[in-house]
Parts: sequence; C-alpha cells; structure tokens
Amino acid sequence: MKICVTSRGPNLESEVDPRFGRCRYFIVVDTDTLDFEAIENPNVEAAGGAGIQSGQAVAAKDVKAILTGNVGPNAFRALQAAGIDVITDVSGGVKEAAERYRNGDFKSAQGPSVSSKTGMP
Amino acid sequence: MILSIASGKGGTGKTTVATALALSLGENVQLLDCDVEEPNAHIFVTVKLYKHVRICVPVPDIDKQKCDFCGRCQEVCSFNAIAVLKDDVLVFKELCHGCGSCSFLCPRAAIGEIDKEIGCVEAGAFEAGTFEIHASQTRTLQTGGRDGLAFVHGRLNVGQAMSPPLIRAVKQHGDRTRTVIVDAPPGTSCPATEAVRGSDFCLLVTEPTPFGLHDLALAVGALKKLEIPFAVVINRSGLGDGKVDDYCQQRGIPILMRIPFKREIAMAYSEGISIVEAMPEYKAEFQKLIESIERILVATHPE
Repeated sequence: MKICVTSRGPNLESEVDPRFGRCRYFIVVDTDTLDFEAIENPNVEAAGGAGIQSGQAVAAKDVKAILTGNVGPNAFRALQAAGIDVITDVSGGVKEAAERYRNGDFKSAQGPSVSSKTGMP
Repeated sequence: MILSIASGKGGTGKTTVATALALSLGENVQLLDCDVEEPNAHIFVTVKLYKHVRICVPVPDIDKQKCDFCGRCQEVCSFNAIAVLKDDVLVFKELCHGCGSCSFLCPRAAIGEIDKEIGCVEAGAFEAGTFEIHASQTRTLQTGGRDGLAFVHGRLNVGQAMSPPLIRAVKQHGDRTRTVIVDAPPGTSCPATEAVRGSDFCLLVTEPTPFGLHDLALAVGALKKLEIPFAVVINRSGLGDGKVDDYCQQRGIPILMRIPFKREIAMAYSEGISIVEAMPEYKAEFQKLIESIERILVATHPE
C-alpha cells in the first residue's frame, strides 16, 4: 500500500517532519516492500497556501494515507477531498512510522490539528 | 492635496494626528480612514454615517460539468487559492485576491466569477446631535468646527484577510477639491502601501523608542520606493531616547512636530476626544503643521 510521510530528510532513516504544508520532503513509501521515493517540497517558502499545494501534490501521488505531525485547515480540506487518510501527531523515524501504519497503530485525524500559518518559517 | 498619515509601528498616533488635522483645518477637508481592519477615526470626529455600500471582490466559481481538471487554474494562481485534484477542484476563497487570471485563462471556460463581500464603505458628515461613541458612552455636540468636514471609512468584515480592495474603494471617494487626509493602517505591507499610494505627501508618526525607530526606518524605505515625499511627527516626545532624532538628522528628514508624552492627551484619547478639543491650544500647532507641509511641497514643486 502506498502512503506518504512528511520527512526532514530524503530517506527512510530521516525524522518525521512535524509540519505538513512546509515539510522538507515527502517520502512516498510502499508499506509492504518499503520501496520509496523522496520528493523535495517546493512549498517550504510559499507566502501562503502551502498546505493546499502540498495537499494537491500528495494527492497527485495516489497515496492512501499521509503521516505527519500537524495539518492545518486548508490542507486538511484538500486531503479529505482527495480521499486521503490523514494521520497527525506522528513523530520518530519515517520507516518506523510507515511500519506502524501497516500494523494499524494509528487512528485517522477527524479534523485539522493546528490553525492556518502555523508552519510559517 | 492628498496627505496620508502612516507610521510603520502601530499605535504611534496616526489617528490622533489625522483626526486632529481634520478638526484643525475645519473647512473643505475630507478624512478617509483607511485603517479598515480597525477603523476608529469616526469616534474622534463624531460624524453621522449616512451612506453604506457593500464592497465585494470577485472569486472563482467553477462549473464542474465543464471542468476537465487540467490544472491550468491552479498553475496560474499566484496565491495558491485553487487545488485541482483528480476529479475535483477546491477553491480557497479566503486566499483569493480576485485577480481574475483563472477565469480568463481556463481553456474550457469553466470558471465564472461570483462576488464575495469583504466589507463596506461608510460615508458621513457632521450633524449636531448626540453620538454614540461606544455602547456605554455618548457625546452631544452642537458645533465643533466640523461643518466643512467630509468623512469616509471602510470596515473589513471579521474573518476577512484581504483589505487592499476595500482600501481602494475608500480612496475612490477622495475629493481632490478638498484637503484629503488619509489615515493609513500601520506596517509596510500591502494595506499600508495601498493606503499611501498616490498621496502628495506622507506624514510618518513615530515614537522615540527603539521599536518606533525600527519600524520608522522600514516605512521610510517603503515611501522612498513609492516616491512619496514625507516628513516625521514625533509623538510621546520626551519618552525613550534621541535615536529617532539622530536618524532623521543624518538623513535630512524634517521633523515637523513633536507631541509631548502627557497623561492628559492619553486620557482624552481614551475617551474618544481629540487632542485639539481637549487642549484647543494645539489647533494652532496642527495648522502650522499643514503650513509646513505646504511649504515643503511648494519648495519641491514650484509650479
């Protein structure tokens, strides 16, 4: 199953980035094989709408779930419209997070965890 | 003449100066309160507001029957207000600046525009009578030298972030046959820039503190870029240090007035009473301030 984890670095050994819209990397990972693709996030320095664009970028990758620390209201709306399972409050290593998702350790977020502009640099 | 009152730092006394100038000039003056996020000049000039116009900006309205989710609208939106998904398009109206690019460039002509209300413009003038200053306080005024004062302000709706279109709508009422005084919002970002744009002269109100100086320097930078001549008024003079004076002196920026740091001025302000009404001797000071500005303008534009 293909999911996406926000990451501070470009590989599975990196830490989960607590920000969604302005995370450093998106790691798209297959939870069965642990094959992954690291995508640098172009929205880190966006003036506004980073969460929306990141939500759209993640949706374009056809992932089933997003694992991250926090998600704002606009990003949540975009992810929800794309039918992506949103998991917040995730920390630790990217690989461990992916494995825990596969094992069913997480519960889906029912709404945004932070307000707009929280992840501004 | 269009004279804007700006600051950089918030709370330095823009409204104090703008309303005092309007009340000191008395005749043929128009006050435009462009601080649309928190307009309060009307409290000091006590006008009756009689005209109310809703102000809207166009936002995209997408016909999902016509849309083929090509993503062009998302691509051309500079404000990330549109997200195109596989079989859906989301519009985030609060981020939209109403530029119209998405509807203009949509290859399927699937985007129309609908009006989103962002606030209102209210206009008024002085009429003798009783004024509600706020819920628990009223003032009764028979005259006050306000007969020649026209007043316009904008009020941004709560929750709206996009004030420049509303500021433009207020400024459209500017009547160049009068002395137009623009009370600008603080800062140097879009709202403040929009308010001062097109002014013949700008007064920067600051306070002699490190904060005041820091933000004054930002405002000076913005005005230089906008090519608007300016001068400084120091409010709460006597407070802080002399660094604002040094800054102005080094750069040849005229300091046209100093308003002292006085309890009586703050108390009158807190009761919604202009400095020139609480202490009428200041009227002459503000009249002199206008004369100094006119002299500077004549010296730089002799025609």
